[in-house]
Amino acid sequence: MWDDTIAAIATGLSDAGIGIVRLSGKKAIDVADRVFRTPDGNRRLKEYKSHTIHYGYVVDGEDIIDEVMVSLMKRPKSYTKEDTVEISCHGGVFLLKKVLEMVLKNGARLAEPGEFTKRAFLNGRIDLTEAEAVMDLIRSQNEFARKTSLQQLKGSVSDEVKDLRAQILYETAFIESALDDPEHISLEGYPERLSGVLEQLMQRLQKLLESADDGRMRKEGIQTVIVGKPNAGKSSLLNLLAGEERAIVTAVAGTTRDALQESVRLKDISLHLVDTAGIRSTEDMIERIGVDRAKKYAKDADLIVYVVDSSVPLDENDRQIADVIREKNTIVLLNKTDLPPAVTEGSFRTFFRQSSLRGEEEFLRRSAAPEETEGPALRVIKTSTKERKGMEEFARAVEEMFFSGTIRSENEVIITSLRHKKELEEAYESLQLAMESVNAGMPEDFYSIDLMNAYAALGRVTGEEAGEDLIEEIFSKFCMGK
Amino acid sequence: MDQIREKVDVCVIGAGHAGCEAALACARMGLETVIFTVSVDSIALMPCNPNIGGSSKGHLVREVDALGGEMGKNIDKTFIQSKMLNLSKGPAVHSLRAQADKAEYSRSMRKVLESQEHLIIKQAEVCELLTEEEPDGGKKRISGVKTFTGAVYEARAVILCTGTYLRARCLCGEAITYTGPNGLQAANHLTDSLKALGIGLRRFKTGTPARMDKRSIDFSKMEEQFGDERVVPFSFSTDPESVQIEQDSCWLTYTNERTHEIIRANLDRSPIYAGIIEGTGPRYCPSIEDKVVKFADKERHQVFIEPEGRHTGEMYVGGMSSSLPEDVQLAMYRTVPGLENCRIVRNAYAIEYDCIDARQLFPTLEFKEIEGLYSAGQSNGSSGYEEAAAQGILAGINASLKCLGREQIVIDRSEGYLGVLVDDLVTKDNTEPYRMMTSRAEYRLLLRQDNADIRLRRKGYEAGLITQEQMDHLNRKIEMIQSEVQRLRSTSVGASASTQAFLERMGSVPLKTAATLAELMCRPELSYETLAPIDPERKPLPAEVLEQVEIEIKYQGYIERQQRQVVQYRKMEKKMIPQDIDYDDVSSLRLEARQKLKLFRPISVGQASRISGVTPADVAVLLVYLEHRER
Repeated sequence: MWDDTIAAIATGLSDAGIGIVRLSGKKAIDVADRVFRTPDGNRRLKEYKSHTIHYGYVVDGEDIIDEVMVSLMKRPKSYTKEDTVEISCHGGVFLLKKVLEMVLKNGARLAEPGEFTKRAFLNGRIDLTEAEAVMDLIRSQNEFARKTSLQQLKGSVSDEVKDLRAQILYETAFIESALDDPEHISLEGYPERLSGVLEQLMQRLQKLLESADDGRMRKEGIQTVIVGKPNAGKSSLLNLLAGEERAIVTAVAGTTRDALQESVRLKDISLHLVDTAGIRSTEDMIERIGVDRAKKYAKDADLIVYVVDSSVPLDENDRQIADVIREKNTIVLLNKTDLPPAVTEGSFRTFFRQSSLRGEEEFLRRSAAPEETEGPALRVIKTSTKERKGMEEFARAVEEMFFSGTIRSENEVIITSLRHKKELEEAYESLQLAMESVNAGMPEDFYSIDLMNAYAALGRVTGEEAGEDLIEEIFSKFCMGK
Repeated sequence: MDQIREKVDVCVIGAGHAGCEAALACARMGLETVIFTVSVDSIALMPCNPNIGGSSKGHLVREVDALGGEMGKNIDKTFIQSKMLNLSKGPAVHSLRAQADKAEYSRSMRKVLESQEHLIIKQAEVCELLTEEEPDGGKKRISGVKTFTGAVYEARAVILCTGTYLRARCLCGEAITYTGPNGLQAANHLTDSLKALGIGLRRFKTGTPARMDKRSIDFSKMEEQFGDERVVPFSFSTDPESVQIEQDSCWLTYTNERTHEIIRANLDRSPIYAGIIEGTGPRYCPSIEDKVVKFADKERHQVFIEPEGRHTGEMYVGGMSSSLPEDVQLAMYRTVPGLENCRIVRNAYAIEYDCIDARQLFPTLEFKEIEGLYSAGQSNGSSGYEEAAAQGILAGINASLKCLGREQIVIDRSEGYLGVLVDDLVTKDNTEPYRMMTSRAEYRLLLRQDNADIRLRRKGYEAGLITQEQMDHLNRKIEMIQSEVQRLRSTSVGASASTQAFLERMGSVPLKTAATLAELMCRPELSYETLAPIDPERKPLPAEVLEQVEIEIKYQGYIERQQRQVVQYRKMEKKMIPQDIDYDDVSSLRLEARQKLKLFRPISVGQASRISGVTPADVAVLLVYLEHRER
């Protein structure tokens, strides 16, 4: 099925010192032989042993294109389990492209994104978690994401999940054998025992899930939504962050006029910023839609940046915003400190305590004593986007909120894929349901339904259970094309 | 020399529980059918335990009945004790078991066969399967059978239901006889014909305990086991009033350390442990030797003393099957309380026989390589009367559908225990006789014995085994269930003083706001029945309707979750693998997977994923390949 040989530039397209063109497939060595010449001109790569490196030239007819080192990896001992050749060239976009062009002309075809990994997976070289970690690695945007990707590649997620699965299977098997052979296997006192086991399993799953939020943030950037009344300085903030850091990864205009999205890097953290329409109490249809959208974005956000124009008093609109940002990690920027203040940190907190929350205890607690709470916090920082003041404090606040206390040591398992998170959540819910059955005194034969559900969900994380949806996922992820 | 030459539609080889169901299905679907047996006196013989049903097996009997089979009706006519098992557990594992009057069961089934139109009974040993090659050099096709006396029966379909008779031999310690069960004639010739056709065979073993003379047993030392006060019939068509008969008792006693000592001291004389038996025995129906070895720390094992019938004094010793020599058997049995002075009428023995590797079959039970040849029952490597009957009716239906030029049916794992049984047999590598168990059914809560009619009756109807009248009855039942569930879900009870008083009386928490009757029914301490005082609107409904209403409401959450699992499962079952697929072309399959897939040719990706040695990565590869192929 995979008779064709694929090739691609394996390193970034930069003017780095060295760049690599990688080939994989049945004819990888043949193709390489057609473009490669040893110094004496007589030897062929085909004749060499696997896992050897050779000095020579990439030639186009009689013309030498580049002086190269060629690594030879014969199947199955290669990343893709196919014959693989890596041509290390002297970097430079032009030369790399030229070498790639040569191998494409000589029988290879250009690899699709992720196709080497796809082959590695389909050829059984790596399991699905590992494959996904590789894909994440390729796409990772910052240092933290790179580290967690590497770690997942080593299989720490697989190991933890496999162990959870094994325990669930053990319990299910016990129940089932007792049902089949009640004479020899007794369920006397078993529900109590299972309850303890379930509790422990749920704790471990919970830990994995917590890491999931963390991991996703590091990979995809913290989903940050900027809210505030019109003209509070939201767009200025966005521009400031994006411009100052010169780290725009993408600058996609939102699909609607009401939201602009930017990815920026603040210190070591990626922020995925969404600038929403100003929230203002309104009867106007179109503005109403904008506000609804802002609320929707805010709901999915990991972090909310609430920009307040501190030169004008707080009003009914701020009350509306309070509704939106409840239960969220929020940083309040009292902006426009370059103007005479109408709002101070103290008056802001008082306003929120008194006006916005119609007895929502949680929010009151948070706004009253931000330093002592562990849950979602409300930070207040004075800024002036005009004078570029307060940005350092803002960056520190972001860093503190997400890394002090929440950041985990590198040895811990981190979930980075949304799909994994979804499955882990399903597993957790199923265990919860099993626990409910135990507590409700249901007969033991009911436990298996939810236990097996959890087992299957975890299996879809490691790829030990091949669900139809999972396969669809592979197709899309690996750009299977048409 | 002249020979008898007859032309029929279907030949069924063997008249045990599989053969009877297969032959009846064919004849009832209008096909000229002949059923062969080595002894007409052994039709529907129960050579081992004297009961029908039991955990998960009871489900199978109900399913056979739902499809239009005979086993349920026949046991309803001939049982002498009946019990619904596992009532302390959930409804999924409730199972009906009835003690049979063995002789009556056999006689009654014979009468059914003899009065069946289009069905001929023939006492003869079939020695050879006749086949013809497809003209285009394709598959072989069955063309008939030949008996030991040389008679030829041309047929369009043949169903193997050879049970434990193929090259059978019985072992009682060192004493070996070359007979089938109960000393009946073995079938020694057919094996060669199967081999010549390229059919792969295995050798299995099973065993049965001794039968005791009732007069020699001291029942005062045993616990009496009664039947249920209100008997539930097996068949959906049996009038429940007709089964409220006087019942016989069974008796429970136990082995002890002395029993186990005798067994351990004589293990070297057991043909299994001495290596004389080559066949593999069932793990889940173990001999007493196996139990003593396997559960070495158990001080005792249950022994059930069950009557073999009303017109015999023979008693079956359940739980103590053995192949030890006669003298050891007697000594061993005599250590059991109540059996101190027992006299053995028939010795316990082990039986060894040839059966096929069922992975050569489609889930229709037709051979993949030989068109029109089917196999059902113990000859497929299963154990048990019920497992046999279930396969028998499926093979019978499919052989008939084939002859009629209609599409054959497959029952999948989410539709019935029968589906689980057949899928396991034709997909997995079974190295011992396969016994049905509730744990084998993933979707057990949906596959209850109480709803077998709702699950499968339509299939029986479409095949032509269920009458219009029976189908109408079922449809009315379903309608009543639905409308009553609907009513309970929409009828609200307010927090009136009388309601609160009622709830308090029932030990249930009073209402804060209004609740529906269905919501109240979900409370463990309440049920449909107990809610009667606060549900004046209800109309009287048949018990079979109320049972479904109660289960559907009480276990709604579990049922819904299980249904979601089924949706997932079916997605992979629906991905069919074309039978002309060339696995060598699927280059990324691992070698083991490729070999297994080539050998067993699964019909769907779902089935492929259950073959041992086929990993999820292989399944992914297969899916990718099929995807490419489609384009």
